[in-house]
Amino acid sequence: MASKAQTPAQTRSQGFAYSALILGWLIPGAGHLLTRHWIRALLLFLAITLMFSLGIAMQAKVYLPNTGDPLDMLGFIGDLGTGLLYCIARVFSLGQSTVQLVTADYGTKFVVVAGLLNFIAAVDAHNLRIGRKV
Amino acid sequence: MLAPSHFTAVLLFATFASVVFGITQRSTARAMIRYGLYCWTLFVVSVIAASWLMWLIRR
Repeated sequence: MASKAQTPAQTRSQGFAYSALILGWLIPGAGHLLTRHWIRALLLFLAITLMFSLGIAMQAKVYLPNTGDPLDMLGFIGDLGTGLLYCIARVFSLGQSTVQLVTADYGTKFVVVAGLLNFIAAVDAHNLRIGRKV
Repeated sequence: MLAPSHFTAVLLFATFASVVFGITQRSTARAMIRYGLYCWTLFVVSVIAASWLMWLIRR
């Protein structure tokens, strides 16, 4: 008996294919907004923005590029995942340059992980955009 | 300045991470909720288990 051939999911994207990826990276949840997943977008925005904000409120260290320390560079990549939130933190000098309290250490991890989670969310938005995920 | 306890920080971390994991790793709403709760439980239980392990090692 002939079985149905597996066909790749039909592409739903119109226009620039990476728009959801880039928008989702810049603003948490915006990529899902573009793909009309309103509730997912709202939940992602709240989760990532709150995590970032609580981290900053805990006196988190905001990593800078080119400090020469490999661990700082990795932290910078993680922080960069929050997109515009990172830019806002840098413009308004939010966060600390060094960790001096235990809670500040927690906060630093909150900010880095918020960025990493936003990378995952942006890739998920891209998959929704190109029809790889429904 | 916000200064939560270690356990409060764990609960907040687990909640936010589980929301993102649930939404991004599953396709249906029901599966997302189930997977989010599963991740949240794993986070919290792992921390409690690791805490007791460290307590035992220290004694």
